[in-house]
Amino acid sequence: MNAAITTLDPDAQMRLHEILARHEGSATNLLPILHDIQEVMGYVPSDAVPEIARALNLSRAEVHGVITYYHHFRQAPAGKHVIQICRAESCQSMGAEKLLAHAQQQLGCAMHGTTTDGCFTLEAAYCLGLCASSPALTIDEEVHARMTPESFDALVAELRSQA
Amino acid sequence: MSTTIYVPRDSAALAVGADRVAQKIAQEAEKRGQTVTIVRNSSRGLFWLEPLIEIATPAGRVAYGPVTPADVASLFDAGMLEGSAHALGHGLTEEIPYLKNQERLTFARMGITDPVSLDDYENHQGFEGLRKALGMSAVEIVKEVLDSGLRGRGGAAFPAGIKWKTVLNTPANQKYIVCNADEGDSGTFSDRMTMEGDPFMLIEGMTIAGLAVGATQGFIYVRSEYPHAIAALNQAIAIAELAGYLGNNILDSGKAFSLQVRKAAGSYVCGEETALLESIEGRRGIVRAKPPLPAIEGLFGLPTVINNVITLASVPIILAKGAAAYKSYGMGRSLGTLPFQLAGNIKQGGLVEKAFGLTLRELVFEFGGGSRSGRPIKAIQVGGPLGTYIPESQWDLPLDYEAYLAIGGTLGHGGVVVHDDTANMSVLARYAMEFCALESCGKCTPCRIGSTRGVEVIDKITSNTNREQQIVLLRDLCNTMTYGSLCAMGGMTPNPVLSALNHFPEDFGIA
Repeated sequence: MNAAITTLDPDAQMRLHEILARHEGSATNLLPILHDIQEVMGYVPSDAVPEIARALNLSRAEVHGVITYYHHFRQAPAGKHVIQICRAESCQSMGAEKLLAHAQQQLGCAMHGTTTDGCFTLEAAYCLGLCASSPALTIDEEVHARMTPESFDALVAELRSQA
Repeated sequence: MSTTIYVPRDSAALAVGADRVAQKIAQEAEKRGQTVTIVRNSSRGLFWLEPLIEIATPAGRVAYGPVTPADVASLFDAGMLEGSAHALGHGLTEEIPYLKNQERLTFARMGITDPVSLDDYENHQGFEGLRKALGMSAVEIVKEVLDSGLRGRGGAAFPAGIKWKTVLNTPANQKYIVCNADEGDSGTFSDRMTMEGDPFMLIEGMTIAGLAVGATQGFIYVRSEYPHAIAALNQAIAIAELAGYLGNNILDSGKAFSLQVRKAAGSYVCGEETALLESIEGRRGIVRAKPPLPAIEGLFGLPTVINNVITLASVPIILAKGAAAYKSYGMGRSLGTLPFQLAGNIKQGGLVEKAFGLTLRELVFEFGGGSRSGRPIKAIQVGGPLGTYIPESQWDLPLDYEAYLAIGGTLGHGGVVVHDDTANMSVLARYAMEFCALESCGKCTPCRIGSTRGVEVIDKITSNTNREQQIVLLRDLCNTMTYGSLCAMGGMTPNPVLSALNHFPEDFGIA
């Protein structure tokens, strides 16, 4: 019964089992489990769904429903860095839409897309709580505010040079 | 002798380079053979001046900002360590009018202390409220909160004491305290500042709530967009547990209370209390029908106090100073203070804690200094993405829950987002519908379908496709959403849409 349901490699399977064991098979821990999986693997692989469902005594549909409901969870790997540009009202008032257009052009990818070199995935955010210093964005968990197209280019160039 | 230099660790300071400034100060001091102690404090909330560094001098703290790494050498040259003058200098921090003219109760420690220093917290009136509460009965604590007039600061403004009383009077073996820290409202950051900058205050407030209603377990549901807040809370909870402020025997009282942080996952509607409870239980954040109220059947079906961060964070000072002291601030039924957040196109953006009753004009011009672009201000959205766009004719109304309700608006969570005259209000109205479509939980039809139809109808209005007829349709749709939606998401999305349409018809092509 253990076989067949997953094509995760042994290393990923081991890490998945560690996470599931840590959360003691409680369905109320589904969100913390998904966060842990995404932190370790970068996304929530669809092959992990049956294993999670079995460990928590849930249906696959229930687990799938939760993964797809929340914007934060990814079903496919992202680029090396995830850039989230805020497009909520406060940032709009300071040119967020222009910044977003600039970013799409510079990176050569659309929103939710990944650059061809796999370095960046571009996402929108809806408020980062930096509204007195708009426009704002995050790169992974690093926050940046009072952004301009020039400072955006500098950030991207710096990260590219580290790649 | 070592000089103490404060460099904030608040996200808004980090986002404009505070870490690099702190590093540069350390390097420069070493190079010059000067001994300095760098404290990573919370932010004063004067965000246009961040990174705002402060030097401890015999006369008080002296402020410099906004400081970039390139300014550091010249600040040392000018005698920053003695508090000497410099082009970036602002003199004594406490004398900066923006700060001096505030009434900081909940934010009294903000910018002053190291957020995760228990000593700092205790030396600045920390845990005075909890110590007092431990000497009171549950009924007495609830009465104090009830008498203070404290209303839910998340936006709904429901009296906190009534909620607590309901939970207290509902018998159950297990009850819960849930803190709604899913601060999704754009234009707001007071919850984030509190969690990052004064986490012990929230812990204290939640512990008092636990004592008041007989709950022994608490959850703080924090949005995933706030990694620094999550880290600060986890660190503070661990410290509080070690020091006996949390755990099975709080300060040897025999009372128990434990806390855990739950990381959200990017769903705006999870800021709605019942959706939030669903999410903690491990499900999709779908809104529950009320009744039953969470106070009676909340988390895991048990009686639950669910309050916003600022509501719970206001409790320690209410207990410490007494309900009468708290309610001496404010007006009418809006008592105490509200931390307003000045955001968007504003010159001096930041946090302004004031008693209810000042006007939007005072807030935006006297504190905020007008628009950042220097252009005339066109509209101000008060109360987050579901708040109303306020035109100049209404800027002199008092900021009071009832006064705003009377004009079809809301104070919400205290967010104030300024737009200058380049803003196109039909674009912002369309965005409100688009955001609702993106974030709707999907349970009720007016919100799920209405928002998508709303985007289409606004597009037809702006492209002049049967404009007159489509305007009637938009108003009808908004009416259905307002009265037919299950929660505030669909119910209040018409606020920004209709206020934009009513006050700025020219932006919709209506002459």
